[in-house]
Amino acid sequence: MPIWTLYGMKRGIATTLWPGKENAKVQPGVLGLPRFQPDRCQDNCRACAEVCLPGAIGIEAGSGDERLTIDYGKCIGCQLCTESCPNDALTKSEDWAFGVQNREDLVWAEALASKPAQELTKNIQKCFGRSLHIRHVDAGSCNGCESELQALNNPYYNLHRLGIFFTPSPRFADLLLVTGSVTYAMRGPLLETYNAMPEPRWVMAMGTCAVSGGATGGGYSCAHGVEGILPVDIYVPGCPPNPAAMIHALLLLLNRAAQFVQGGHLAK
Amino acid sequence: MRGTTERALPPNEVPQACQHLVEKGARLQMAYAWFPESGGHPEVLYLADQGPYQPFSLLRCRLSEGSDGLPSLATNIPLLGWYEREMTDLCGISFQGHPELRPLVLHEGAHPPIPPLDPRYPKGEMIPYTEEPWDLPPVEGSDVQMLPFGPVRGDVLESAQIVFYYVGEAILHCHPRLFFKHRGMEKRFEGLSPALGTLIAERISGVDSVAHALAFCQAVETASQCEVPERARYLRTILAELERLYNHLHYLGHLCHTTTLKVGEAQGKLLAEQCKQLNGVFTGSRFLRGLLKPGGLRRDLDLRALAARLRALEPDIAGYMAALENTNSHLDRLITTGHLPHQTAFDQGATGPIKRASGIQHDLRCDHPYAAYGRLSMEIPLRTEGDAHARSQVRMEEIRNSLALLLRALEDLPEGPVDTEIAWPTGGEGLGWCEGPRGSIYYCVHFDATGKLARVKVKSASFSNWRVFPFTVHDTNMMDYAINEASFGLTMAGCDR
Ligand code: SF4
Ligand code: SF4
Repeated sequence: MPIWTLYGMKRGIATTLWPGKENAKVQPGVLGLPRFQPDRCQDNCRACAEVCLPGAIGIEAGSGDERLTIDYGKCIGCQLCTESCPNDALTKSEDWAFGVQNREDLVWAEALASKPAQELTKNIQKCFGRSLHIRHVDAGSCNGCESELQALNNPYYNLHRLGIFFTPSPRFADLLLVTGSVTYAMRGPLLETYNAMPEPRWVMAMGTCAVSGGATGGGYSCAHGVEGILPVDIYVPGCPPNPAAMIHALLLLLNRAAQFVQGGHLAK
Repeated sequence: MRGTTERALPPNEVPQACQHLVEKGARLQMAYAWFPESGGHPEVLYLADQGPYQPFSLLRCRLSEGSDGLPSLATNIPLLGWYEREMTDLCGISFQGHPELRPLVLHEGAHPPIPPLDPRYPKGEMIPYTEEPWDLPPVEGSDVQMLPFGPVRGDVLESAQIVFYYVGEAILHCHPRLFFKHRGMEKRFEGLSPALGTLIAERISGVDSVAHALAFCQAVETASQCEVPERARYLRTILAELERLYNHLHYLGHLCHTTTLKVGEAQGKLLAEQCKQLNGVFTGSRFLRGLLKPGGLRRDLDLRALAARLRALEPDIAGYMAALENTNSHLDRLITTGHLPHQTAFDQGATGPIKRASGIQHDLRCDHPYAAYGRLSMEIPLRTEGDAHARSQVRMEEIRNSLALLLRALEDLPEGPVDTEIAWPTGGEGLGWCEGPRGSIYYCVHFDATGKLARVKVKSASFSNWRVFPFTVHDTNMMDYAINEASFGLTMAGCDR
């Protein structure tokens, strides 16, 4: 097929330098999850909590006054809170690397108990060297997450270059990557896929739906994500998480990248 | 309902009235039911398109005490078949004489105590479900094999199961089992304010976020009799076309994947990625989410540099499509594959590029203009071959037209406000529509007495086209299946909701 060979050669390399070159901007302009500055928060204002569809913003009765809590694991990045906040306590941001190993790290916490850097319980790097095979299961997504997962294999992100592959058979898979809030009809096939995977195996909840249900959890046909159905090793909120966040989470699993978010704070 | 001319009828007059509409040249678009009062009887509504610039026609039929459902219309108007089964599953309405009396939206083994769309259904309670054998067509003949494929399929695909009945390479019959992803999205609108409802609409089908949000917002605006400012109309048009652009480019890339044209796949997906990145740069969201709201847009957009970026992409896109049309190995796999005759497309309810590739000239953007489409001239591509090649050609033509529309709209983009005050109507109703990348999308919105959403019906393009698709698979061969499916460009999330 000479015309396409020529075509490909003329097109040249289209792949981003990231994550090799740390500062290469992967997603200019894309809004991430809102940034929270509690000292700007005004007493007795509930404007943000009222517009938060998935209930990511809660009001906690503290000693004397009320305190705002944010669970980034529930946030769908709709930006309504940033538009409703009168004091800019919540602002739009381009923060995207929210992949974490402990679900609690997605909940904004006042004080940061400095935890020791976490190693994954089973050292995945020892098991697989630097390569990883993924089986994806759509357990009831809106297809936004799939669209971004498919993008990982386009020439721009070119996931293969990082030694990460999607595999059709669960028998060859190291990682089960789940999207969607888990419908009653997908629960069975999801468990079957997991059971067909050889040990050791890992589970990643990709997208706010899979992390907590997000905008589509609960109701008459959905669970609230993967938690309680399978043991989750990495949580990646975002609706959908952008492809860079997905790659970062995969590298985090391979111990090839550091976790950026702890106690709902971005690492300095 | 605003946006329609409506007529209320008793159950026994519905078949004749629908038949009459069809004879006058109208095409039924959807049917659905809702419960006007909690604990009361449901009302069934039929929506028909009466032709360009004509108001949509709505037939309403309130069931009453002692009535045991409605006569099924699926034999004479086959495209209604799925809507009737959906109403049986979700609203508990029976349709007498239905030719395919098996569950559709809820799987065998799902036994809700009362229909899930009944307002009395306990909020947040999951349907009791135990796996039960499926109601599948029986296999006859010792050579015939049955292969259930899915719901977890190869690559990164949405969940669905295709049951093949085949002999060797030849597929005798194809029976898709869908709705694994039924998330009960329509129910989620209940009790929300329309502002939050937009977020749900954006998540019916992620790659059609704008189309769904737009149809929803327009339904709310029609119900509220709200006029959206001119700049917002243009911006909405631009967003909708940006959505079509990245979807269609991805479609071409994926089609190449199935015909094993590797460089073509890479290039199509790269172009789609570049369009998504433009979306990100200019709107903050690769899926163009978080921008629409009833009354206009949530914020103004600075699109001054967009035209230049699109013009820079244009030659790449044109060159790519020309190369595809010059590649015999690719075309060989598409031409005559998955043939959909005009009559089947019409009867079974095909929509969007699928219908336009089978000779049905219809596009909501022209026939019932919304946003700024009425102010912009455009051409609607039409093919009559009805095969995979025609379906891809229609999309290529639409890519060209989208680019032209975008450049035109950016040039004409007026200054001014992007939103207007809107008061939620108490007890109002409205119809909204949009021609999404995959075809027609309709939203019917019913408000309650406090101005909250009482019922939102979503008709997605993929629901229509999944119904049609198997007709192009029966009596074909396994080798062509993946190509044919890709040539339809379906989503599961939109279909299953
Ligand atoms: S951006 Fe997140 S926290 Fe803010 S309203 Fe939306 S979902 Fe809630
Ligand atoms: S997290 Fe958001 S994008 Fe992903 S499946 Fe859920 S609704 Fe869709």
